Amino acid sequence: MLEIENLHAQVEGREILRGLDLAIEAGEVHAIMGPNGSGKSTLGHILAGRPGYTVTCGRVTFNGENLLDMETEERARSGVFLAFQYPVEIPGVSNMEFLKAAVDAMREQRGEKALDAVTFMKRAREVCKAVSLPAEFLKRGVNEGFSGGEKKRNELVQMMLLEPRLCLLDETDSGLDIDALQVVARGVNAMRDSQRTFVLVTHYQRLLNYIEPDRVHVLAEGRIVRSGDKDLALHLEDHGYTWLEDEVA
Amino acid sequence: MTGFMRQPLAEVSRRAPHWLQSLQGRGLAHWQGKALPTRRLEPWKYTSLQALRDDYQLAPLAAVAPASLPDALAEGFGGPRLVFVDGVFQAGLSELTALDGLCVSRFENASDEQARRIAEHLDTCFDPDEHLFAALNTAMLRDGVFVEIADDAQTDQPLQVLWLVQAPESATAMNQRLLVLAGHNSRASIVEHFADLGGAEASFCSGVTELILAPGADLSYYRLHEEQGDAIHIGGVHARLHRDARLSGFHLALGSVLKRLDLRVEPAGPGAHASLNGVYLPRGEEHIDYHTSIEHTAPDCSSDEVFRGIVADRATAVFNGRIHIHPDAQKTRAQLSNRNLLTSAEAEVNSKPELEIYADDVQCAHGATVARLDELALHYLRTRGVARAEAEVMLSFGFINELIDGIALEPLRRYLRPRLARRFARDEKLARHLL
Repeated sequence: MLEIENLHAQVEGREILRGLDLAIEAGEVHAIMGPNGSGKSTLGHILAGRPGYTVTCGRVTFNGENLLDMETEERARSGVFLAFQYPVEIPGVSNMEFLKAAVDAMREQRGEKALDAVTFMKRAREVCKAVSLPAEFLKRGVNEGFSGGEKKRNELVQMMLLEPRLCLLDETDSGLDIDALQVVARGVNAMRDSQRTFVLVTHYQRLLNYIEPDRVHVLAEGRIVRSGDKDLALHLEDHGYTWLEDEVA
Repeated sequence: MTGFMRQPLAEVSRRAPHWLQSLQGRGLAHWQGKALPTRRLEPWKYTSLQALRDDYQLAPLAAVAPASLPDALAEGFGGPRLVFVDGVFQAGLSELTALDGLCVSRFENASDEQARRIAEHLDTCFDPDEHLFAALNTAMLRDGVFVEIADDAQTDQPLQVLWLVQAPESATAMNQRLLVLAGHNSRASIVEHFADLGGAEASFCSGVTELILAPGADLSYYRLHEEQGDAIHIGGVHARLHRDARLSGFHLALGSVLKRLDLRVEPAGPGAHASLNGVYLPRGEEHIDYHTSIEHTAPDCSSDEVFRGIVADRATAVFNGRIHIHPDAQKTRAQLSNRNLLTSAEAEVNSKPELEIYADDVQCAHGATVARLDELALHYLRTRGVARAEAEVMLSFGFINELIDGIALEPLRRYLRPRLARRFARDEKLARHLL
């Protein structure tokens, strides 16, 4: 489903990704861990097409298509979703208007009619309830004045409404208390199916207690330096990253 | 431009009742012999008056007005409505239901007592040498609206004064005047609305409003300027707030080749509060100039001013926000924020906060910004599948929507929201999630 080959990328002239290779099959859950500054967030932004993040070399294929050739909104419509580590506040645009615009864009892509307002509202309320976000948040400006945890839940609301094929979660667990973490995990687990792929970027093994990954990768210095099963995450929890220094060098 | 307004001024003196002629003379005395302001003068530095013509004709008294209002204006805001076309009152288009405690009359048919009160209060809220075009308005007086709000009156329904421009002939000049006396501890809402009927070719409008709030009065005053095309409007609002009076409301300016609006508010009695919010949205080759001035002359008053502008295409905007705190105005709390969004490389805004503070125990904060659409916010919307063009419309609307949401008068919000959302969308479809 997703194939990344020899990906090199720069941010503000600094090379962050240095030959990253990764292949993920439909239905799998992969976790990407690694020390600060290793390029974990950059990978998510590159896949989502963020301005200022430049690919200098390599290929990314998503369901057989060249992802890097697509505009940001085309990537989203073809099923790529990035849950932001720092979701953007947009005062003046209500969460509801924003979510409906996004859902309608996806439906249009699939050749479906836009949902009527009542049906959409009902659906949005259900999803809010599933992630324990009070429905009043639909009326507020997008992420405006939301706490860190509320922003993360709002990312999840978007993911559940948009039903993407590839879900990239960029440190969605950071700053969450244990209850909120379980909410996130329940949301992800409920969406797992044979056609949907998850990439969890995380610093902490504890998220993986609730969402069991098929593969765990260690990213360091812009490359995947070690891959394994879920036990690799437990090993990292106990031993940190220093034992991998040889591989990095 | 020596001929500017000469013909209308000569003609109007023949049309007015006797008591108004003496007011006209007062205005004329300040207007006559003065040169039109040029860009060498600081208050006109960024606004050229070159588009003014020297062949304006007074709008005819007996012009045929349309039988009904355009659809967009028909619904109104849920209260009585006075409609004028080219400065001439139209009983057939107006809805004159009475509001308890609100006495609405026109200069043209004012009683002797009303005429006395108009003469007593008119021109008292501004200095005619400083506001030359307000003096011109007085010199051009023929009719106007006089609203007296009784002491302790409490009205929920707004009064709407709708000034329409039809201007069947090119270069038509018209005068619009409103005087409001809000009584002690009264509460009322007034919407003054300027729009055109599609013609308005090279018309010149002068709309001047004076608001005098007695102690404890609470007035919501909304002023919408929607004249399009090459209609020119030079006008303003001048308000005086006595002890514990409160003025709030909203200002909007769209469209047309030149709009210059001077808003002057004087909290003149202790405890008075003024809140002044507004948006301006020029596009194409349009020009909008708001000059606001809060004159704090009394102690313990507060003012809060938020204006936002979105300037598109090759349009230009001016925002001058003056806060003048006089020596006696101790304990003043004044805030001013002006934010601007430029949506094209050729758009231009001149934003200037101007603080003059002569009292030492005051809190005064101001800020002005000019920016383009937030790239990160655009990106965020696009990562959710929203096309760039629609995301731009949503963000532009969002920039002013915070102020629209703050409008207390619900029917006005309902009127403005779809109009403004569509304004940012070249294609109606792009505004569909905002309607």
